[in-house]
Amino acid sequence: MNGFLQQDLNQETFTLNLGPQHPATHGVLRVKLVMDGEYIVEAEPVLGYIHRMHEKMGENRTWAKFLPNCGRMDYLSALSYNHGYVAAVERAAGIEVPERAEYLRVITVELNRISSHLLWFGAFVLDLGGFTPLLYAFDDREQILDLLESVTGSRLTYCYFRFGGVYNDIDDAFITGTRAFIKRLRKRMPMYDALVTKNIILIKRLKDIGPISKDMARRYGATGPVARGSGINFDVRRHEPYSVYPEFDFDIPVYEEGDSMARYMVRMDEIEQSMRIVEQALDKLPEGEIKPKKAVKMVKPEKGDYYHAVEAARGSFGVRLVSDGTNSAYRLKLRSPTYSNLSLFGEAARGMLLPDALALMGSLDLVIPEIDR
Amino acid sequence: MLLAKIKEALSSLYEDIQEAPEEPAIEEAAAEAVPEAEAAPAPEAPAEEGGAAQDAEAETEEPEPAPPPGPKEMDYKAKGFHLDVALEPEKVVAAAEILNRENFFIEAITGVDWIDEQQLEVVYDFNHFAELCRVVVRARLDRSNPEIPTISHIYQGANWHERETHDFFGIIFTGHPNLEPLLLPEDADFHPLLKDFKA
Repeated sequence: MNGFLQQDLNQETFTLNLGPQHPATHGVLRVKLVMDGEYIVEAEPVLGYIHRMHEKMGENRTWAKFLPNCGRMDYLSALSYNHGYVAAVERAAGIEVPERAEYLRVITVELNRISSHLLWFGAFVLDLGGFTPLLYAFDDREQILDLLESVTGSRLTYCYFRFGGVYNDIDDAFITGTRAFIKRLRKRMPMYDALVTKNIILIKRLKDIGPISKDMARRYGATGPVARGSGINFDVRRHEPYSVYPEFDFDIPVYEEGDSMARYMVRMDEIEQSMRIVEQALDKLPEGEIKPKKAVKMVKPEKGDYYHAVEAARGSFGVRLVSDGTNSAYRLKLRSPTYSNLSLFGEAARGMLLPDALALMGSLDLVIPEIDR
Repeated sequence: MLLAKIKEALSSLYEDIQEAPEEPAIEEAAAEAVPEAEAAPAPEAPAEEGGAAQDAEAETEEPEPAPPPGPKEMDYKAKGFHLDVALEPEKVVAAAEILNRENFFIEAITGVDWIDEQQLEVVYDFNHFAELCRVVVRARLDRSNPEIPTISHIYQGANWHERETHDFFGIIFTGHPNLEPLLLPEDADFHPLLKDFKA
């Protein structure tokens, strides 16, 4: 509310409501804007339109029954959320995961990351007024959805990981299909580069727009491509290695500029890095079990609190568990990356032109169900 | 490296706790000051709680001597964080200032309802961009009067996390610029993550 109701009536500003139903917010997000002509004086995101209290649901059902919820927060990279939750519970309950299962997790999570970045790419350019790239990106993304459907059984709200392993093994068709897809996407990336990235209109819309300094990113706890676009070399996969990520050779794209173009470039480069990880994982894929030998039936972590973070497509997703030794959580805190990433919008958008602020908002890659949880 | 450095820096917050029992003069002075300040609510509450506390002591019979106060190093592989810092609520701001000086960033703030002990816990998760070092700062509040100073002037990202914690637990962050419901409806007067919440 600060200053919102108390604003000086003599001042020539007006209030503008962006959302809750607006195409540029990609979901039900509302932003209250105080405008001075075309310039933003104050921007305040209003959240909670699709708040479902997942954290309470975590408390009133068993550990395993919460698994499907993980696919319904960040619906564009649901497997990262699966991964964060099962890894936290596995840490708390001391469950060992067979190596093959960890490889399958990495392969599917990275494919999911590519599909998430592709959708963001299409939708972001759509925000800026370019319609065509969305259709190309969806064409590519469709291939990933088909691949993931064949192994996980679902196309969007995946619930593929189990405590101690994964639900289903991959087959030869998946492996050949994935290799063919990577070959195809490698051919398509130069096209995206020529069609979009080098496009002068896109560059003019993004270069030097919405600068986020290193210090601002730190004060707000921004992670993921937003932090890496501000010159912070921070990726949970490298910083706090989990699963089998240390076994793969991949780069962390970091851009120093801190503008919307930098965040765009980080995600575009990450697509290639994820493809490298998938390729290496398929090459090295070990034989063996995908579930623990002794089935995990009742999970009862010891009393205490535990934390586990993973690198989701939008940044660091953390799970804080407090267990009281029973078969459901005493407290389950879900730290979603875009919640922190969006919180800096008010400060970053101050003084910007409205269309530029929408470019900034698009470059944050918002998924509203994940913010509201 | 960073872990040892931040542990030492945060240890300074415990200095006066270790000294306190040796100087009863300060306690007396404080005790005299209290009745004037909060005369009305004080007499009733301690009578009940005192009884409960005595029962609890009789049952447990002091299982083991309490470890010396200070930041505790944790087993990272088992727990997922390095340093556990349990503080008095009023020390949280000083802790945030120390962490800010060492360039930590804030991951999240949340609460835990310990209804059996009639306490609410506020948990702050900090992490570092350059070196892996997760610091958890926690403070316990009285459940009937949960107040803790805000750290949103140090970490602007704490603003939303504190609002969320206020939504879910009713914890009041004193000095917060805008403690309105964020995720709950704007007229919400309930706190769903309290253990005695009934829908």
